Amino acid sequence: MDSPLTPRSNDLGLTAASKANVPIESQEAKSFFRQLGGFWVTFKTMFKKPNTVEYPEVKEPTAERFHGRHQLNRYDDGLEKCIGCELCAWACPADAILVEGESNTDEERFSPGERYGKVYQINYLRCIFCGLCIEACPTRALTMTNEYELADESRSKLIFEKEDLMAPLKSGMLLPPHPMASGKTHLDYYRGEITGSSDE
Amino acid sequence: MSTADLIATDPGWISLVKALLIFAVCVLATLMSVWGERRIVARMQQRMGPNRVGPFGLIQALADGVKLALKEDLIPKAADRIVFVIAPIIAVTTCFMAFAVIPLSGTVVLFGHETVMQLTDIPVGVLYILATASVGVYGIVLAGWSSGSTYPLLGGLRSSAQVISYEIAMGLSLVAVFIYSGSMSTADIVGAQDKWWFCVTLFPSFVIYAISMVGETNRAPFDLAEAEGELVGGFHTEYSSLKFALFFLAEYVNIVAVSALAATLFLGGYHALPGLGFTESWLGGWFTVIWFLAKVVFFFFIFVWLRGTLPRLRYDQFMKFGWKVLIPFSLVWIIIVATLRVLSLQGAPRSALIGFTIGIVLLVLAGANLYESSKKRRALADSLGEVATPSFPVPAIPQKISNTRTEQING
Repeated sequence: MDSPLTPRSNDLGLTAASKANVPIESQEAKSFFRQLGGFWVTFKTMFKKPNTVEYPEVKEPTAERFHGRHQLNRYDDGLEKCIGCELCAWACPADAILVEGESNTDEERFSPGERYGKVYQINYLRCIFCGLCIEACPTRALTMTNEYELADESRSKLIFEKEDLMAPLKSGMLLPPHPMASGKTHLDYYRGEITGSSDE
Repeated sequence: MSTADLIATDPGWISLVKALLIFAVCVLATLMSVWGERRIVARMQQRMGPNRVGPFGLIQALADGVKLALKEDLIPKAADRIVFVIAPIIAVTTCFMAFAVIPLSGTVVLFGHETVMQLTDIPVGVLYILATASVGVYGIVLAGWSSGSTYPLLGGLRSSAQVISYEIAMGLSLVAVFIYSGSMSTADIVGAQDKWWFCVTLFPSFVIYAISMVGETNRAPFDLAEAEGELVGGFHTEYSSLKFALFFLAEYVNIVAVSALAATLFLGGYHALPGLGFTESWLGGWFTVIWFLAKVVFFFFIFVWLRGTLPRLRYDQFMKFGWKVLIPFSLVWIIIVATLRVLSLQGAPRSALIGFTIGIVLLVLAGANLYESSKKRRALADSLGEVATPSFPVPAIPQKISNTRTEQING
């Protein structure tokens, strides 16, 4: 979906809830005729617009910070942010993440610095979308998207590999392995001083 | 020629065609009413309701039926196999049988034969309907008992107690109709309403019938027998597949049947609305079927409306309402109606009738006044610190228990 979706209301029903939060004056039953008012309520509601979102046809945007599918981010020149430290896997309460790190070499460099994540799997049959992995990540390599359509028909399809999780290459990004920007060190990368693959 | 004579001239094959038509109408009505109920209740709750299968979700009920038929048919080990199988059959056949005496139309021509859309007309038609409904209770009782499990037993017990209790009120509410129409034949009762519908002239009877028909069909707010939160599924907890589908069918055919009976006895059956009598001859008389169906749909809507609005009653309140309110009220009403009827039949002057009515009204008002004042006195007594003991059993106050224990220990 190209056009940005806008939520129907930012209010989240808080106003209605506070309006409804009126103290009950009397514990006693209302008079019989007052009670019959309930029939009018249901009758009236029949002619209101249903509140249903007809999901597969109509998709409403999620909340801005909804916990959806994970994404492994890249620096602006395309190098991976993940350093294979496994902190996400250790933080995971559901044991849904598997990381195997590997050393970068000058010939084959996937991320700035010493190490990169060679194997990165998230098992969405186990993941509880708590976001502790995101909090644990020291390089902001792991974040969550708003994508929630994760149902599938087999168990193996729900174990997402690294290539399923990697952020797409934007314009100006170069698919690793490639060396760091000339004259820059991994510290420059961490400080966010890299903007695009300028020298290529 | 009266309806009974007209039906008597039917050749056998016409009766067969009518029986088939009635069966088809009942099954179709069930499918439509399941769909209609789900759609209407959904709208009352600001939802859409089933809208996936077919246009507007119209064949959702059919899809559900097919799904049920394809499911595995389980019979629990503890169940009494024969009774377990027979129970849903009893429940469903009795429901269909009630339709045999309900007049669906005025005089029409069916395959070149002048007749009415009514399978048979017996002099005690309404009694026959009540009887089949009572036999239908066996379906419930036997299903609950033969399942060999606790919840169905409790559900069956509740259902049967409920249906039996409300049948009394229902039967009593019909007595006034019998008195005024002078017949128990459904065709004659419809005929007696060509001027005034009984829901106007016998309004209290109509109200009692309308309430007790909800109780009779185990529907919300009187659906204690199938209270999902309390009894799992009631008497049909252990049923699956087609046998469950039969109970489902029975429930909805029953709703349509009591609605049809209500339309027949109180809303003038197949007669048109007052002032629209000319429509009754449209389509060679077949238009009366539409009037009849419209009335049934009206009652069905009331059923759904009740379900969408009211919470479920507590069991003791429900029984209290049936036995202590509906039944005495209808008994008193019958006495009044009978007296009025006898007075007018014996040619009493109009002033005597009016005087009698005014006397009754005064009596009722006096009674209500006495009741109100005694209620006020009780409320006063309560406010003076006398805590009324509730009518339902309550656990002992914890403080007192610990006291007695200490006393016991300390001698």
